[in-house]
Amino acid sequence: MSDILLSVQDLHTSFFTDAGEVQAVNGVSFDLDRGEILGIVGESGSGKSVTAYSIMQILADTGRVVGGRILYKGQDLSTWSEKQMQSFRGKNCSIIFQDPMTSLNPVFTIGNQMREAVVLHTERRGAEADARVKELIELVGINEAEKRMKQYPFELSGGMRQRIMIAMALACEPDILIADEPTTALDVTIQAQILELIQSLQKKMGMAVILVTHDLGVIADMCDNIVVMYGGRICERGTAREIFYNPKHEYTKGLLRSIPNVNNMKKKLVPISGTPINMLNLPKGCAFCPRCGSAMKICLTQVPQELVINDEHKAACWINVRDAYEEVQAK
Amino acid sequence: MSSTLLEVKNLKQYFPVKVGFGKTIPLKAVDDISLTVGRGETLGLVGESGCGKTTAGRSILRLYEPTAGEVIFDGEPVTAKNITHMRKKMQMVFQDPYSSLDPRMTVEDIIGEPLDVHHLCANRKERREKVLELMSYVGLNAEHARRYAHEFSGGQRQRIGIARALAVDPQFIVCDEPVSALDVSIQAQVINMFEELQEKLGVAYLFIAHDLLVVHHISKRIAVMYLGKIVEIADADELNEHPQHPYTESLLSAVPIPDPDVTRARKRIILEGDVPSPLHRPSGCPFRTRCRYATEQCAQECPPLTDRGGGHEVACWVK
Repeated sequence: MSDILLSVQDLHTSFFTDAGEVQAVNGVSFDLDRGEILGIVGESGSGKSVTAYSIMQILADTGRVVGGRILYKGQDLSTWSEKQMQSFRGKNCSIIFQDPMTSLNPVFTIGNQMREAVVLHTERRGAEADARVKELIELVGINEAEKRMKQYPFELSGGMRQRIMIAMALACEPDILIADEPTTALDVTIQAQILELIQSLQKKMGMAVILVTHDLGVIADMCDNIVVMYGGRICERGTAREIFYNPKHEYTKGLLRSIPNVNNMKKKLVPISGTPINMLNLPKGCAFCPRCGSAMKICLTQVPQELVINDEHKAACWINVRDAYEEVQAK
Repeated sequence: MSSTLLEVKNLKQYFPVKVGFGKTIPLKAVDDISLTVGRGETLGLVGESGCGKTTAGRSILRLYEPTAGEVIFDGEPVTAKNITHMRKKMQMVFQDPYSSLDPRMTVEDIIGEPLDVHHLCANRKERREKVLELMSYVGLNAEHARRYAHEFSGGQRQRIGIARALAVDPQFIVCDEPVSALDVSIQAQVINMFEELQEKLGVAYLFIAHDLLVVHHISKRIAVMYLGKIVEIADADELNEHPQHPYTESLLSAVPIPDPDVTRARKRIILEGDVPSPLHRPSGCPFRTRCRYATEQCAQECPPLTDRGGGHEVACWVK
């Protein structure tokens, strides 16, 4: 039985800048099941963060969702009022950001900021709220909770701040946690701590997690399902094993070839040629086409549709269509 | 001609930090490190932020005046007096390709500046030819010469930075996190370029980075730093297969490997807590507060780096 919690359908998000409309997200669709860890991977400018922000409706002033629907438990979020959205954020869906320093307010104590989240979204007040804050701080593995509550963000280390962010996000036990590059600003040993924490909390509380990152290592470690994005579109999606061991989109293949791995340590890396895409000037066909080594004529003019590779895997690349056609011809 | 190009002996770099009124205590950013780099070799230097790896690279080039210790380059000690001359042989590539290039200079002037400083070109024509040659080394088009740094992407800017470092024909380059500011798909381009330039020009690198997979890929040997000390040096493969120091062990186990089966089958050794502040370093071994094996002895005395055979040096009492 599928248990779809969040469904993003043909999402289009644009930013209206002086230089013109930037189509940051161009028709992204995916479903998130209860208790699933979904990884969204892509390089900067691929639209992965904008997708996450669109779900929460926390886009910058210039940005707007211009098409598509986001359904939470079957309800269309775009019809919700700002007030309903405010309760949605935090209560149903929380987000943690890359940089824990800039996401905490430097002039308030940790306890003060966390109490705000608890008071806003629950019925708890006064000593009861404080008790919940203490409980949350302990939940994310920080000791001396009472002392921490009196401290300011600058007194804590990066890893500790990110734990506080996670504790705040979990204040109302949301169904969905969106983690936008949660460990990019942290060192590897601290990253391991935070990833372990997210994993254990996810198991304990059964929430669904959307993990947005550019780090394929983190994705391989954490995610059940993976969505690979490039130029505001999804190029490939599938289970972790399918994406890593049976990639079917030229971009995913290139990405996997270009990173050092245990198997290719002494071999030369195969880079993806060219430069990252300019979102102001999207190509007409496949966004990856200008950098693709096996591009065909059709790639220049037509955006590839998603092709089902198998039950657990879809890819949007014309090469799969050609291969499938040739296979049929050969028979 | 010996095979050792660079020798660093007991290098110390302390920064005075004000605590209270008129009182300073030293922050030991780099505390007594020794290492060697062979000709045409790449030595990787890894560690977490704040461990002193960048400071070490900068002190070697005397971008900071070291507190104590010696740097011997090609048999000649590097001193404050001969540093201008020595920088013709040792250069640096910086981490941030955005702030390390002058926004008001054209690419030609950026790459040509070291040539002017060291009076390497007799006239403008010669300088221009040399600049264009360097640009072709790093894969930039000749028509880019008149452009400004802001017109380029991160990867291309890093290429400009590398061309500038190569301008004086150095034998040794300190690469301080040269790929960490770049997108994943661009990193491989720059890493490959470093490798190709080494094959072509025989230049040696001190490759400073926090990404262990990248360092393992590019380096022949790797040194691991923790709180200003080198805790382990070994051949790259040896270090990855048989790490001896408990810190290296947990560092390697914490690196997420982009391979679901491998990374999930592995046992992660999660370190407790954070790196202590370098201002209040633990007594004895700097790692003992987070170490699973720590004993009495670790609290009292700092373990020296000793050779455990085959050039695998470890600083640990227990292992």
